[in-house]
Amino acid sequence: MVLLGRFMPMKYVDEYRNPQVVRQLAEQMRRLVSRPWQIMEICGGQTHAIMRFSLDTLLPVEITLIHGPGCPVCVTPVEIVDRAIWLAGQPGVILCSFGDMLRVPGTQKDLLTVKSEGGDVRVVYSPLDAVRLAQKEPDREVVFFAIGFETTAPANAMAVRLAKQWGLRNFSVLAAHVLVPPAMEAVLQAPGSKVDGFLAAGHVCTVMGLEGYRRIATKYRKPIVVTGFEPVDILRGIFCCVRQLEQGRHEVENAYARSVRAKGNLLAQRQIEEVFQLADRKWRGMGVIPASGLELRPAYAQFDAVRRFGLERISAEEPTECIAGQVLQGLKRPYECPLFARQCTPEHPRGAPMVSAEGACAAYYRYRPGRPADGPK
Amino acid sequence: MCLGIPGQLVEVYQKDDLPMGKADFGGVVKEVCLAYTPEAQPGQYVLVHVGFAISVIDETEAGEIFSMLAQMESLAESEATEPMNEPPPSSPLPQQSISGPEG
Repeated sequence: MVLLGRFMPMKYVDEYRNPQVVRQLAEQMRRLVSRPWQIMEICGGQTHAIMRFSLDTLLPVEITLIHGPGCPVCVTPVEIVDRAIWLAGQPGVILCSFGDMLRVPGTQKDLLTVKSEGGDVRVVYSPLDAVRLAQKEPDREVVFFAIGFETTAPANAMAVRLAKQWGLRNFSVLAAHVLVPPAMEAVLQAPGSKVDGFLAAGHVCTVMGLEGYRRIATKYRKPIVVTGFEPVDILRGIFCCVRQLEQGRHEVENAYARSVRAKGNLLAQRQIEEVFQLADRKWRGMGVIPASGLELRPAYAQFDAVRRFGLERISAEEPTECIAGQVLQGLKRPYECPLFARQCTPEHPRGAPMVSAEGACAAYYRYRPGRPADGPK
Repeated sequence: MCLGIPGQLVEVYQKDDLPMGKADFGGVVKEVCLAYTPEAQPGQYVLVHVGFAISVIDETEAGEIFSMLAQMESLAESEATEPMNEPPPSSPLPQQSISGPEG
């Protein structure tokens, strides 16, 4: 990311990394907790921050953090990766993608390999870059690999809307959008689920608001605390979740109010609604979850890369040895996988959670390499 | 992937029929799309994800956790200087103090 190595202070970042405040929150939690609780952070960004700042080691022994499925790179099934790889190898096609997807292994190879073989694969910072590229290169087919949760959907929807508005005939999207609430329900319904409460993803809720979570909190009697990504935010979220658990409450609570409004961002929701509709979606290692993804509405079907290039014929099975599905549902820790840190490393990943910085496997490999004994609880 | 970075808007303008702006992220200035936060003004902080501002940071809410913890700190200090007081309750936090209101 462009901001690594910065020397200037950053407001709304630095003060939320104050170790003294983090310790104060951990101390408050120690006074509060009376019994063991297992709390799942949904978002891979939070998993990464927890590992990077060793936040789990500051918690009272009663509290265990379980890592959830909130990493879009990790949950994109091999089949869609294979489709992107096929597209990138076609003459005349420019495949635009967020950088994280380039090293995700497909059945045979990854996008980076296709690029080294001469495929035109370009990393974009924003979906707008992809649609502007299509405008500049009218003789090439530009396909944008549109992955992401609700946070990214408004940006990807805007790219499609602009392509229509500008009358572009050479732009399409390979849509692999996923939604958080159905994944939370899948986690809660999984046999052996151990989750007592959730930290919900602050940026997903910035877009979608809190409403979609109330039904889950009530139905499953689990507290859901919306929180951010910095150490102070995460500790505060855990504190609020533990306080609800200790008091026998199960409410949706907003601990990230500097960004999240109860109704979310209505303009962004309207744009998603205009371009996309609900669809069943296959999740890596978790199978098909009903109404857990987004597909283009019929009015925007001409921008669907699957339709344009006849990609339905490309299907693939998940590699059987990788336990990504169980890791993503919080049922197993990365180091319980026989491949972890042996055949599967960030340099030679076998499964997607080892690729993305937000994948639980990559976070463990980087910050807790192969030492479950002195690793997290 | 859902990374959102707070940046301070330094200017706003229209481009390709879209409200756009430039935001300063700790010294790095980048273009951001303001289609979802058209109310954002220069000087305000926006939370930016893949080139789009998805919220305007609420400054009052942002400071709330620190003022709450500071209050707790001073409470703890005053208790420490008055040893005859009752011992502090196990959870000295008022019910609603640590999280913001929903909205």
